[in-house]
Amino acid sequence: MTALPTSATPRKLGLVIDLDICVGCHACAVNCKEWNFNGHSGPLTDWNSYSGSEDRDGEDSGAWGVWFNRVHSFEVGEGQFSRTVHFPRSCLHCEDAACVTVCPTGASYKREEDGIVLVNADTCIGCKLCSWACPYGAREYDHTDGVMKKCTLCIDRIYNENLEEVDRVPACVSTCPAGARHFGDLGDPDSAVSRLVDQRGGYDLMPELEYRPTNKYLPPRPRRHAGSEDGIPASLADLAEPADAGVGSGVLRWIDTMLSR
Amino acid sequence: MHPAFSVIVFTVSSGAGYGLLAFSGLFAAVGWLPADGWAGGVAIGMALVLITGGLLASTAHLGRPERAWRALSQWRTSWLSREGLLAILTYVPAVLFLAGWARPELLSWAPWGLLAGLMAILTVICTGKIYASLRTIPNWHNGLVVPAFLILSGLGGAVLIGLLMAASGLYSERYGWILLLLATVAALVKHSYWRDVARRDSGTGSASATGLGSAGDRVRLLDAPGTTENFVMREMGYRIARAHATRLRHICTSTLFAIPCVIALASTLIESRIGLVILMVLGAGSVGIGTMVERWLFFAEARHVVTAYYGEETV
Repeated sequence: MTALPTSATPRKLGLVIDLDICVGCHACAVNCKEWNFNGHSGPLTDWNSYSGSEDRDGEDSGAWGVWFNRVHSFEVGEGQFSRTVHFPRSCLHCEDAACVTVCPTGASYKREEDGIVLVNADTCIGCKLCSWACPYGAREYDHTDGVMKKCTLCIDRIYNENLEEVDRVPACVSTCPAGARHFGDLGDPDSAVSRLVDQRGGYDLMPELEYRPTNKYLPPRPRRHAGSEDGIPASLADLAEPADAGVGSGVLRWIDTMLSR
Repeated sequence: MHPAFSVIVFTVSSGAGYGLLAFSGLFAAVGWLPADGWAGGVAIGMALVLITGGLLASTAHLGRPERAWRALSQWRTSWLSREGLLAILTYVPAVLFLAGWARPELLSWAPWGLLAGLMAILTVICTGKIYASLRTIPNWHNGLVVPAFLILSGLGGAVLIGLLMAASGLYSERYGWILLLLATVAALVKHSYWRDVARRDSGTGSASATGLGSAGDRVRLLDAPGTTENFVMREMGYRIARAHATRLRHICTSTLFAIPCVIALASTLIESRIGLVILMVLGAGSVGIGTMVERWLFFAEARHVVTAYYGEETV
């Protein structure tokens, strides 16, 4: 049933991600992929993984596949006051999860007991509407299975009594070498994660959209001093290559060429 | 947003079909569409073919089309589910409408025509609401999206019913005035929409997406998560055609407003049946192409807030 739980879930399991500590190593993303390949929503297939040669890519340019967790790097500010912030992004298990309510089949649901948002891969029709409804890019289409997949908060780890208690956390949390990821109940004001959010001023992403995400981000601590002025570019982002998004292929690319004349 | 060909074909074809069904029902009720001519049956049949073709095309967008029936279950929350359910339910009065035309001694066609027309309009409203309800896409989360879907569906229906009226020798100048009115309203709605989306600022961008711009700092992408495009970038980060938006909007204005207006006015002056048919075929082609271009722009120009994570500073 794609109606959201009518009252607040007794527990709000989620992640707290510390942007002050994250070093951008992508280990969380890699371990997520590794665990979930055989997990609840697995396999997390890859598409076109071995396609093409150096000079020919096949129909899709390069390999792509399903990931629940991706790490972006941003430049914040400019010149000697700028800083690089690594930014892991995954499902935030929102309280007002529009990805669930738009689902026409009932394959998407938010669990009443702990607020985890899941997709039933056996009933999903792969219409992709949930990915349109998600502001955070958390849902990805599995080309091989024809269904949508998303972060399960490692539901097959956190309740898994076959694991040592210390390992009953999401794979991304257990693997983070910097300790930048924390897992817990954000509905309990006395939990370690809730206290961390209070102490460090944890915040919501895109609060203006009012999806009320469960996961929180902790801001980088202020810089103690500015960087050196010697020879630094005003902006690293100006030197970076833009993300290769939305260039398309086939007929549409041809129409683009025609209209560009 | 990536303009999926199957979704464009669906909304254009089914939209015109529902418009034709609505006009057939209305005209049957007021007696403009005679119960004993061939035009009524062909109008309903053509509407059903367009609707069914569109619905079949829409399943091509699904990863698991064989499970499409499941989409009828979540009408309580999902506009997509409501649309699917209404689309199926509309067949009931539509088929009875057709049966009433074929066998008038068994049942009266006009009430079923009106009901089919009403449900056709509701189905198109649901289609529009699928897009208009998405807060993540500022261009779609707009009060003029549903009116635009309705008016273009009506314009497609009007030009098709005009064609059938012309072919069956029943054309009168009132169809010309209806076409003129719909084309004018369509132009007003689309131009208001384009003006409105250009003026609005969603306030969302890389600063609020990362929460890192609170001190007024610019937040710019240094490094995307992967070296190639992923699903989110392909589906939501589509950029082609934005560069041609102005030119494509001119094409929309010509094909959905200027040409239909000229055709509508010319149809009030022409007497010959073959002349009227040629005119209306041209009109149908123009509105068909125009609606395809409009729908493509509707997708291609729509920017999704997730692109704030992939290099867009403002969305």
